[in-house]
Amino acid sequence: MNQSTQDLFEQALDRREVKGRSLYVDAWHRLRRNKAALTGMALLLIIVLLVIIGPMLNPWDHEIPDWDHYSTPPSLDTGHLMGTDALGRDLFERVMVGGRVSLLVGLIATLVSLLIGVTYGAVAGYLGGRIDNIMMRAVDAIYALPFMFFVILLMVVFGRNIFLIFVAIGAVNWLDMARIVRGQTLSLKNKDFIEAARASGASERSIVLRHIIPNLLGVVVVYVSLTIPQVILVESFLSFLGLGVQEPLTSWGALVNEGAQELETAPWSLLFPALFLAITLFAFNFIGDGLRDALDPRDR
Amino acid sequence: MLNYSLKRLASAIPTLLLLITVAFFLIRIAPGGPFDAEKALPEDIKANLEAKYQLDQPLIIQYVRYLWQIVQLDLGPSFHYRDWTVNELIAQGAPVSFTLGALALVLAFTLGTALGAWAALKQNSVADYSTMSVAMIGISIPNFVVAPLLVLVFAVTLGWLPAGGWSYSFSHLLLPTIALALPMVAYIARITRGSMIEVLHSGFIRTARAKGLPEREVIVQHALKPALLPVISYMGPAAAGILTGSVVIERIFTIPGIGSHFVQGALNRDYTLVMGVVIFYGVLIIVMNFLVDLLYAWLDPRIRYD
Repeated sequence: MNQSTQDLFEQALDRREVKGRSLYVDAWHRLRRNKAALTGMALLLIIVLLVIIGPMLNPWDHEIPDWDHYSTPPSLDTGHLMGTDALGRDLFERVMVGGRVSLLVGLIATLVSLLIGVTYGAVAGYLGGRIDNIMMRAVDAIYALPFMFFVILLMVVFGRNIFLIFVAIGAVNWLDMARIVRGQTLSLKNKDFIEAARASGASERSIVLRHIIPNLLGVVVVYVSLTIPQVILVESFLSFLGLGVQEPLTSWGALVNEGAQELETAPWSLLFPALFLAITLFAFNFIGDGLRDALDPRDR
Repeated sequence: MLNYSLKRLASAIPTLLLLITVAFFLIRIAPGGPFDAEKALPEDIKANLEAKYQLDQPLIIQYVRYLWQIVQLDLGPSFHYRDWTVNELIAQGAPVSFTLGALALVLAFTLGTALGAWAALKQNSVADYSTMSVAMIGISIPNFVVAPLLVLVFAVTLGWLPAGGWSYSFSHLLLPTIALALPMVAYIARITRGSMIEVLHSGFIRTARAKGLPEREVIVQHALKPALLPVISYMGPAAAGILTGSVVIERIFTIPGIGSHFVQGALNRDYTLVMGVVIFYGVLIIVMNFLVDLLYAWLDPRIRYD
């Protein structure tokens, strides 16, 4: 027996555990190959950093006008990188502050809808039978309603409080989440690999932790990444109608609204917020698509 | 099929009732009333007005009375536009909104399916990727951003088209229709592409090709119909999207449709007008979903009415 066969022999006998690749390592590898998703992530990172750091470096305040410059175009000389609005407020600062609000609304309202949706869907799917039937009928009935009109009514009723925007959007947006989670739970419950795990003696606890939750998580993550832009869109829609965030605070939707009114005299006041809003939504959609491809390769 | 239709229409009643109930109580608990103005009315006059419109009665009685009114298809008088009934206001705005919505829907459907099918046939080519990237932009940019940008380019800078206003003419209709249809064109293109690719890989297409049918016939006769199924089921939500979209589009282009009544009505606490628009839209969406289901069953004979 020479040295190399000896090695081979030892390797074959080597009982060290093979390091398996988890679902998420796999997904991460797939995601890294997706150029569109990576571009989306890079863009989003830049925007988030800009929105956080931008106002710290910028000398202007988003409320206090520069009395010497009303509606001036973007220029380095005046120090207003994106120009000023009709009241002489620095647009760069306003776009950044508006971005903070828009992104925050997207995040928090999505969390609200996540919380309600996952709980509702998981309960319905887990209990099954008649309770499931009734719960899902209720979702169907609400689903058929023109939901945007309810958000508008909610805003009119409860005044234009920013926290109510979170709740109102989140509370109306949970239906899809509930449906998806319920369907997933229901189908997972009866899958062969759950049966196999049960047959091989896995405890109920480890079935839930090792099999149900990881399989649910993928769908939830994908859905969250697609809900955030949707919520940002709803908030800007409301702000555009004048029902969302109120002065002196602002958001991208509110800025687009202001810009649209000064379109002919100050096109930059429309272009910059519109650009930021569009790029953010674009980035989120690409990330969401990439995540879906990565976590759920069947749907490719 | 008649049986199925009747059942479906019957199941729409609880949905509609829920819609009316929630909207009714929501708008009523909003602070302020229809007769609050900058200059407060004298108490007596306000009381008289409220008595005239029966706003002084308990809410639950008003609710029952309102339901009875709805059954008779009477949406009541508008509180803000004093000489108008809500029926008249809606009748006046509906043709305008319908024209715009229908045009946008047709544009979105034809352009969206054409683009999607084209991208699917050229799967993974430059044409495919560029079409889908453009579609992604279309989905990402909301129509209240697209609309002012279109105005900026085509009305303000180039001066080719009017920036707003309304008439049944090509120049007034073009920009609002495009702005309203654009996000949907993108959605439909993506849906069509996905389902077309799936259909092209299925067995019956291979059979059609194997028996020597020309490619054109394979696609038009065999692939297109099943590939359109997911698009058809998207038409229900699409109609709802058109309705909400029209709220902003009508505002941006100053179009006298129904959409503009909704937000203004809610802000003015014009109870009857808001309710009227909500009910009108609700019925429209329910009818649209119903038609989509019928169309769906017609396209896919495997689906049975039961």
